[in-house]
Amino acid sequence: MKICCASLVCLALLFPAALGAQVTSERLLHAAEEPQNWLTYSGTYLSQRYSPLKQIDAANVKNLELKWAFQAQSLQKFETTPLVVDGIMYLTQSPNDVVALDAKTGRVFWLYHYATAPESRPCCGIVNRGVAILGDTLFMATVDAHLVAIDARNGHAIWNNKLADAAAGYAMTLAPLVVKDKVIVGVAGGEYGIRGFIAAYEAHSGKEAWRFNTVPTPGEPGHETWKGDDWKHGSAAVWLTGSYDPDLNLTYWGTGNPGPDWNPGQRPGDNLYSDCVVALDPDTGKLKWYFQFTPNDAYDYDSVQIPVLADMDWNGGPRKLMLWGNRNGFFYVLDRTTGKFLNGGPFVKVNWASGLDAKGRPIPTPQPAGKPTFPGIQGGTNWYSPSYSPRTGLFYLSTWENYSTVFTGVDVDYREGLRYTGGANAAPIPGADNPVGQRSSPVNTYTEALGRGAVIALDPHTAKRKWSFDMHDVNVSGILTTASDLLFSGGREGYFQALDARTGALLWKANLGGEIIAGPISYEVDGKQYVSIASGNGLFVFGPRDAAN
Amino acid sequence: MMLASGKLLNQGRTEGFSKLPPRLRASRASRRCNLGQRWWNWLSLCAAALLLNVACAFMGRSQDRAVTYAPADIRYGAQIYAAQCAACHGANGTQIGGVDLGGGQLRRASSDQDLRAVLANGIAGTAMPPFRFDPSEVTAIVAYIRNMRNFDSHASDLGDANRGRAWFEGAGGCMNCHRVNGKGPRVAPDLSEIGALRSADFLQHKLLDANGMMLPMNRSVRAITKDGKVINGRRLNEDTYSVQLIDDQERLLSLDKTNLREYTVLTTSSMPSYKDKMSEQDTADLIAYLLTLKGLR
Repeated sequence: MKICCASLVCLALLFPAALGAQVTSERLLHAAEEPQNWLTYSGTYLSQRYSPLKQIDAANVKNLELKWAFQAQSLQKFETTPLVVDGIMYLTQSPNDVVALDAKTGRVFWLYHYATAPESRPCCGIVNRGVAILGDTLFMATVDAHLVAIDARNGHAIWNNKLADAAAGYAMTLAPLVVKDKVIVGVAGGEYGIRGFIAAYEAHSGKEAWRFNTVPTPGEPGHETWKGDDWKHGSAAVWLTGSYDPDLNLTYWGTGNPGPDWNPGQRPGDNLYSDCVVALDPDTGKLKWYFQFTPNDAYDYDSVQIPVLADMDWNGGPRKLMLWGNRNGFFYVLDRTTGKFLNGGPFVKVNWASGLDAKGRPIPTPQPAGKPTFPGIQGGTNWYSPSYSPRTGLFYLSTWENYSTVFTGVDVDYREGLRYTGGANAAPIPGADNPVGQRSSPVNTYTEALGRGAVIALDPHTAKRKWSFDMHDVNVSGILTTASDLLFSGGREGYFQALDARTGALLWKANLGGEIIAGPISYEVDGKQYVSIASGNGLFVFGPRDAAN
Repeated sequence: MMLASGKLLNQGRTEGFSKLPPRLRASRASRRCNLGQRWWNWLSLCAAALLLNVACAFMGRSQDRAVTYAPADIRYGAQIYAAQCAACHGANGTQIGGVDLGGGQLRRASSDQDLRAVLANGIAGTAMPPFRFDPSEVTAIVAYIRNMRNFDSHASDLGDANRGRAWFEGAGGCMNCHRVNGKGPRVAPDLSEIGALRSADFLQHKLLDANGMMLPMNRSVRAITKDGKVINGRRLNEDTYSVQLIDDQERLLSLDKTNLREYTVLTTSSMPSYKDKMSEQDTADLIAYLLTLKGLR
């Protein structure tokens, strides 16, 4: 690998920021072997957000300096994770622009603008989280539920496929996942009573290859967990990118809340496959197994979190695991070959369930009317990317600590294109706002009694904390770990910080002045390591201080 | 002007430029680049400032009825009018009581700017809805409405888009350099959305005077690095310290100017002029085809 890196560095010197070879599916399979690049939303198919780079380390991290910044032409939340391919960075800005820029200087090569349909109505911000790449083509899912293929070299569209009806509440905010010759996406719209699906499209044509309904139609297995016509507006949206295990040939996707969100009485049953992880054959879309985290969810506990795949010793032998910090406040270790529950437990204060049974199913303890439920509507964590470091063996998570909501379910009629949430939720303190994840002013809207944020390190073997890094405001940031045992994270307060991944000790911080609600990445150009993070409306790239000359 | 609008490179809109009189276009095109780098930068800054002033002044006069409209735009506008507007306003623009589109005096739109706003926003409380027209279409509709009375629909032929496409992909050899919807090389600008971005008039002038109509960012550049490596490409973006280009191997390159021994921006387009080389019919057909290239939706 050293030789490989060295020759790539030579190439990079010859052709500064040259677009090199095409990103073949083979390269995507072995993304970990080219740590200078960031080829998928979560770094590699295992989705660990772990970078093997280690030039930036505990000793020199205090010398990081800003190398360049990119200011988005948008005031929407900036949730993008860029890709970096051989010195070129591809990022998205709201609503659905793609920008190609020099990863070393931030200077722009081209900008692709997609005009979204006026009828699009994503529930919670006109955001996009990034693109996928295969060959010379980028793939972007749009807020009006189109999938667009874009020429990576010149920023012009190659095909554009409408997947669902934006006027009915379908939207897409996730970065697609490319597996072999297919582009896999899911649809958002869980607050509009949509019927969720995960689908694969041929990369060269955009033609649909398969579709998996996250709410089964009559006759499909799982349909029996719905009564009457409830399934027709059962939601189970899919709004974050899945993972892939090439050895098992399985792709894993988390699914969202059932509809209506907060009124479980209106949809009795387990409501499959809402709040699940589903394991699908990427060639056919066939369901291999599923695991449901929150049956008949009453709290909007979307289980769309990034499925983190890790290979660890488990009870004396190597095992293929899946690690999952769920919005419902529980941490889970699953066997990703079979979906079997292996270990779990609450990682924040939880009172909606007293615990998990031997199969991982929650033991419900619904709270009396008007009493707070822990965790609250935004969950113990939410969609922010966690990280796993194979060096420390720890799972890292952004959390909302001691945070609760008073839930109220109300019967609601379905009307296409209108909200189908079925209730209200309130902060436990009368008159206080229950923040819904939107940026607000002043930035810090939280008090001690409403909860606060943290970065925590969990030991998968015990499901217990190894350490916590406590924060004043709640934490909405993704996490990156590196081979030098650094952990990068941000938060609503606008600080970008580096912690010691083994102890949680603060090593460095920079105030970027805007909410950090995206995941950091790391990459290398011309032999220099960089770390990037979106904050406020800008993307900021840090690197080691240049030697004085 | 392009950069100030926040839209980069060839995504920019051209109404302002296409209205510049020919003399001004020529002066813009004949900028010499064999001066020293600093001089060139300074000069181009001055030239840009001057152009901006002149362009603004000129656009400000667009409500002056002496402004001329390009025949190609008027023809294109007539076609769009027939398809989108005539159902309510009638073929001669008088079908709605109290509204005479061709009469010159419009209550809601005294300037072309107003007319564009009405097209984009509609008129609240009336049957006039907002339209999502492309910039090239708005230019054309305004040009047509301002010239409805003098327009002879029988004498004007917009051309046949199918014939134009055949010429573009065949005899014209356009796809030796240009790319459309993922087909063709990336050496010259991709034309997949050209019919939405550029007016009919602009396209016609471009065919006849490729040099004069070349956007600054699309210029060919040649760079020699300090270690002697020669790079030829098309400029995509440039700033004081660096230049971004796509080279003749279709690679995206970002060059640090301090690492260059030589850097030249060519004033000539590699696109040939088709003046006197195409029949009037071929020209009309080709423009008709290019106007159909609105990007993928």
